[in-house]
Amino acid sequence: MKTNGSGKGKKGKYGFGRQIRKNRTLIAMLLPALLYVVVFSYIPMFGVTIAFKDYNYNDGVLRSPWCGLQNFEYLKISGKLLDLTKNTLLYNLAFIVFGILFEVGFALMLSEITGRVFKKVSQAFLFLPYFISWVVVSTVMLNIFGQNGVLSNILSHFGIEDFSIYHQVRQWPLVMVAVRLWKQTGYGTVVYLAAIAGLSQEMFEAAAIDGANIWQKIRFVTIPSLKPTIFIMFLLSVGNIFRGDFGMFYQIVGNNQLLLETSDVIDTFVYRSLITSPNIGMSAAAGFYQSVLCFVTIVSVNWIVKKIDPEYTLF
Amino acid sequence: MRVKKGRDEVVFLALSYVLVTLFAFFCLLPFYLIVVGSFTRESVILTQGYSFFLTAKNFSAEAYRMAFKSPDTIVKAYGITLFVTVVGTLTAVFLSAMTGYVLARPDFPWRNKVSFFFFFTTLFSGGLVPWYLMCSKFFKFNNHIYSLILPCLFSVWNMIIAKSFMKGIPFEMTEAAKVDGAGDFYTFRKIILPTAKPLVATLGLFTALTYWNDWYNCMLFMSTGGTWNLQYTLQNILNSSEALKRIASMTGMQVGQVPTEGLKLSMTVIATGPIILLYPFLQKYFVKGMTIGAVKG
Repeated sequence: MKTNGSGKGKKGKYGFGRQIRKNRTLIAMLLPALLYVVVFSYIPMFGVTIAFKDYNYNDGVLRSPWCGLQNFEYLKISGKLLDLTKNTLLYNLAFIVFGILFEVGFALMLSEITGRVFKKVSQAFLFLPYFISWVVVSTVMLNIFGQNGVLSNILSHFGIEDFSIYHQVRQWPLVMVAVRLWKQTGYGTVVYLAAIAGLSQEMFEAAAIDGANIWQKIRFVTIPSLKPTIFIMFLLSVGNIFRGDFGMFYQIVGNNQLLLETSDVIDTFVYRSLITSPNIGMSAAAGFYQSVLCFVTIVSVNWIVKKIDPEYTLF
Repeated sequence: MRVKKGRDEVVFLALSYVLVTLFAFFCLLPFYLIVVGSFTRESVILTQGYSFFLTAKNFSAEAYRMAFKSPDTIVKAYGITLFVTVVGTLTAVFLSAMTGYVLARPDFPWRNKVSFFFFFTTLFSGGLVPWYLMCSKFFKFNNHIYSLILPCLFSVWNMIIAKSFMKGIPFEMTEAAKVDGAGDFYTFRKIILPTAKPLVATLGLFTALTYWNDWYNCMLFMSTGGTWNLQYTLQNILNSSEALKRIASMTGMQVGQVPTEGLKLSMTVIATGPIILLYPFLQKYFVKGMTIGAVKG
């Protein structure tokens, strides 16, 4: 995939100024997106300084006085930092690992299924949950698994009264993982289906001629060819492993004190503390903490992947 | 070449059919239950709980009548969501496709550096607080409709999808257009974009979903009720009895008479319905449009 050669050669021949002139339309086409990330991503990066400042609204980001690591002290004193980090990390790990298993699994199955109508319809159904917002997911869950929900209704026929999934504090992480898989599998499956569709048919035919059975074909042909896609999807999610899915946790768990113990993630904690006592500095410190952790993680994971096989690295 | 199916293949296929059917069933079931619930008479829900089937005896469309009787709340929210979705999606898809095209051109000398410049924003970010302060203090996002459009206008993820797709389009097409004297932008608009239909369909649907389902930006930036989008309005109706009371007073009913549960469910259906209708039209493009390729190269 490396086509570096031609570009570099030309650069030598013409020089920088001519390169710019020659590519001015292409550069202009990039400008809107470049401007966008500069404004909405790069400039706020300098805002991490708020984490080290005693922010007040009147002085703003630039003129508020520095306060060293005080904001991080607050964060530590609230005593929750370690638990929050652990929750966020473990949830994301579970989402990533089970997500990949489900997505690759269903993509493999769907790609082998030959019934066109069945394939189309089932794929559409798998995709349905991806279409709804977390607001709707939370209503749906309440109505099905809540105190007066459908499930509790059914269970009452079997003598189990007042069942509510929201009381199952210990099993709650399983609920979150299940909901996550329910909502995201359809989307991820399409990514892998697209990758499978792009594989050359010849490999499969060659494997068939060699007498490979279907398990061997999957193990020795399909999965190895899916590796690049699996690695990219994996690395992209690892890059956010210390960021909780705010929408999901906020809508499903909400302010349920019982459940917050096992399912408060950094993002929901920061939001709640912003709403209850607007401590901007501490919230910024939490954000900075997350960004640094994520950055260190992705850079090291990418480095490890590079040691294994440089083809699969993200950057 | 049709080879007779071996035993292993039969087993695998049978397993696949069973598991896919099972999963598809669980994906569909909640939608079915919500639709049934939204058409169930309130008194039935309250006394017997949710039912699995609609019968003539428990059927009622009262909840929907109620939902549309309070135009201020729902129709306005619908309008806002629709506007934001259409404007946002058109702009965002054009932007991602254009950026992806440039970065996929093998003759663009800085494609790797610029790709990484975009990609870096997913590796490190300033976090919510600086972003929010800039949007609200510097750009005065609060209570403006563009606070619902701008935050989702460009995503690096979509750009990666666009770039991967564009790489699959033979560069000869661009070169041929160049020989014919077409400029880069013209080539993109008139030759590449029509070829990239699967990409446009895929990105279009996903961006439309993002806009349609957004409540987060509305929660952050819209303090006054008049400019709420559909999902945030829904969330408020679901979570506060205040909102229900408002609807009750608008329709001239007693609060006790309002079919609360039914109204919540019908609102859920109303807030979800239209976007699902897009899917059948776009499905055939998906597998072609969703290639995830490398960031580099």
